[in-house]
Amino acid sequence: MRKVLIVCLMMLGIMAKAQNGYQVGDVATDFNLKNVDGKNVSLANYKDAKGYIVVFTCNTCPVAKAYQSRVEALHKEYGPKGYPVIAINTNDPGTSPGDSYENMQKLAKEKNFSYAYLEDPNHIYTKKFGATKTPHTFVLTKTAKGNEVAYIGAIDNDQEEVNADKTTYVKAAVNSLLQGKKPEITSTKAVGCSIKWKKEGTTK
Amino acid sequence: MKYVFTFFLICTFSFANAQVKLLTLSELDRRIAKGKDTTYVINFWATWCGPCVAELPSFEKLKKEYFKRPVKVILISMDFKSKLKSDVIPFVKKHKLKSEVYVINEADQQAFIEKVDKKWSGSIPATLVAMRTRRLFFEKEFANNELEDLVKNIVHGDYKL
Repeated sequence: MRKVLIVCLMMLGIMAKAQNGYQVGDVATDFNLKNVDGKNVSLANYKDAKGYIVVFTCNTCPVAKAYQSRVEALHKEYGPKGYPVIAINTNDPGTSPGDSYENMQKLAKEKNFSYAYLEDPNHIYTKKFGATKTPHTFVLTKTAKGNEVAYIGAIDNDQEEVNADKTTYVKAAVNSLLQGKKPEITSTKAVGCSIKWKKEGTTK
Repeated sequence: MKYVFTFFLICTFSFANAQVKLLTLSELDRRIAKGKDTTYVINFWATWCGPCVAELPSFEKLKKEYFKRPVKVILISMDFKSKLKSDVIPFVKKHKLKSEVYVINEADQQAFIEKVDKKWSGSIPATLVAMRTRRLFFEKEFANNELEDLVKNIVHGDYKL
């Protein structure tokens, strides 16, 4: 009996890991979400963009915090080259009060974010993209089909900035795309905090 | 004299409890290899991970359980190394954790996750049950008595590791 139970539990585990969200090669939908300056932002607003670095993140996760300055540096380096950073807060403020819109504004001001930092009420785009962690990065590139997903995963393999021979996945992907090539590494494991989902039955 | 001795014991005991060291994956592997018939229950967690913290009592309870063969619980924190003194040690003291606690000492998260288990997405809590060269990996939270049942099954041989 016990064995049957364990097998059942394992099956459930496998089922729970069914792939949702975008895979590399999919075309990403546009969004229209509120930025920390109160104005709504869509991908389509960036007329001169060749693509986008979309970072699903939050205010509170220690891993997301560790990457804040690196996300800023990506925007400074690649924004002018046609790949701006757009950050989206994945977390529900009801579940994680530190991730409220007001706290997003506070953080953006305090850290001088030069990129858009958008709220995603009810996790609509977090779920559409299939982000599961903070930070979780999706590099999009403009093609005839639309905004195609070219890379999904981690920013680099050096969370604590101690890895001497690190690989900067997002930079490498964008550099390849700028040269008109496909990224060599198109997906890695996004390692960070789980998303703080809205608890069922709560409204806001 | 007796009092002094007791006091000394209490001191060393509480000190030993709050000792948290860094651990590399190869150090862990060597530990398992040397463990003979010990079943290691290795939980990957972090102080900032709510579900992980909620699950810690089941791992702590496991130590007190009676098993036919030795079982060793090891809690490996995925907190940043730089947070060892500021976050992890105070957490261990506050929650009076009795299991062995380490902070993972691996610079490359991608390689580390891949080495622990190819299928691991990097989500925590996650648990590795290991004995000699046999391994079972669970990327999940355990329900109430699920962990205890699982370890009993593994150790008592109804469930092959």
